[in-house]
Amino acid sequence: MPKTLLTVATRKGTFIVESDDRREWTMRGPYCEAWPIYHAIYDATNGSIYAAAASEWHGSTVWRSDDLGETWDQSSEGLTYGDEDGRKISKVSTLARAGDRLLVGAEAPGIFESKDDGKTWSLLSTLSGQHGSEAWDDPANQPPGHLGISGFVTDAHDSDNFFAIVQGIGAFETEDGGSSWTPRNKGLRRDWPADWEDVGFCVHKLVRSSDPQRMYQQNHVGMHRSDDAGQSWTEITEGLPGDFGFAAAVHPHDRETFYVIPVDGGHGRTMHDGKATVWRTRDAGSSWQPMRNGLPQENAHLGVLRQGMTIDEHDVPGVYFGTSTGQVFASADEGETWTEIAGYLPSISSVDVAIID
Amino acid sequence: MPDVRLPGTLTPLFPGLSRKPEVDDCSTVLGVIDRLDAQWPGLRDRLVAEGPALRSHIHVYVDGERAELDSPVAERSRLDVIAAISGG
Repeated sequence: MPKTLLTVATRKGTFIVESDDRREWTMRGPYCEAWPIYHAIYDATNGSIYAAAASEWHGSTVWRSDDLGETWDQSSEGLTYGDEDGRKISKVSTLARAGDRLLVGAEAPGIFESKDDGKTWSLLSTLSGQHGSEAWDDPANQPPGHLGISGFVTDAHDSDNFFAIVQGIGAFETEDGGSSWTPRNKGLRRDWPADWEDVGFCVHKLVRSSDPQRMYQQNHVGMHRSDDAGQSWTEITEGLPGDFGFAAAVHPHDRETFYVIPVDGGHGRTMHDGKATVWRTRDAGSSWQPMRNGLPQENAHLGVLRQGMTIDEHDVPGVYFGTSTGQVFASADEGETWTEIAGYLPSISSVDVAIID
Repeated sequence: MPDVRLPGTLTPLFPGLSRKPEVDDCSTVLGVIDRLDAQWPGLRDRLVAEGPALRSHIHVYVDGERAELDSPVAERSRLDVIAAISGG
């Protein structure tokens, strides 16, 4: 059986959790000199691991390992808005591979690309020209957690097509590699006044299923589904314990199956009632089932961030999530049963999974 | 040659960099940093933000006095780069 490898980004470095059978797991790390890491991914195109980092002392950078974590280098060459622009990078927080481009999202909002596998970077887009974008840098407009690019969704068949989420503003799609952008927020709920019809939405997490037409998103207010590749959205919250959450994952072989972790939307941002639960739908959100077998069900006040859950591509997929209190839970049977495979880690920002032959 | 002292968080990022590197530049703080960057590319980014300005939690002292990027550095100056106590 090929190796299943998790890259776990934490507030104190990157960790690797790996297994040959998805039953026995080993862990190594911390890597990246224990810098705060916001997203770590395995890049199947070249076998490298990348980690987006931001140090209070030494600024933002992207770490890179070409040997599955044994050795690391880092570069932020070109990762700047320049000395003349008032916009500054406070953090890089999300990574994605799109064809020959490695993308990294920054706050203040901007997308940088690398065409040499993370050695050098250049600014691809700030999504300027979108309604209200001239005020995105205004401190008075900053939502909690600040305003930046918080996620990408790429298209395995078209590297010029990808989505970017601007935190607190909405989702945008490019079909020309980042030259132009279209808001994709039609039909989303918002419970607050907004100046424009097409932006002003709080998209937490966006995922695309094996059928590119079918997408899902966890929003600040509600779970949503799209059947037309993000052109429009329908709410599918009914049956969940709340409308708020961050993490979401879609089944790699079944477009109707989708996983989400609702959390309290107030200050707590932890799972409801102290019961650790992943919710699964098998019918595209018409009904939801709580998946709790093996998860702590008493006094388990666990938070999971937007990159904190992932799913592998085995025939029977494994689901994984990492918590703000440093546990990693895994299910090798599509969420039916769960095991804690790592604990006592620093607060977890992201979990990514890869299958390595 | 100024007596340069770097924080311990910097040296793991750049193979061969010591905490007391030899720098044959004594113009300004930025001049010293740029000379180090020429030998260890990327080092400037770890100390200097857009502006340019020192990163907010990086403090530099020249002969015991708080300094900025344009502060002069003399032939026998001591230049301390400090990663300020912060965080948890």
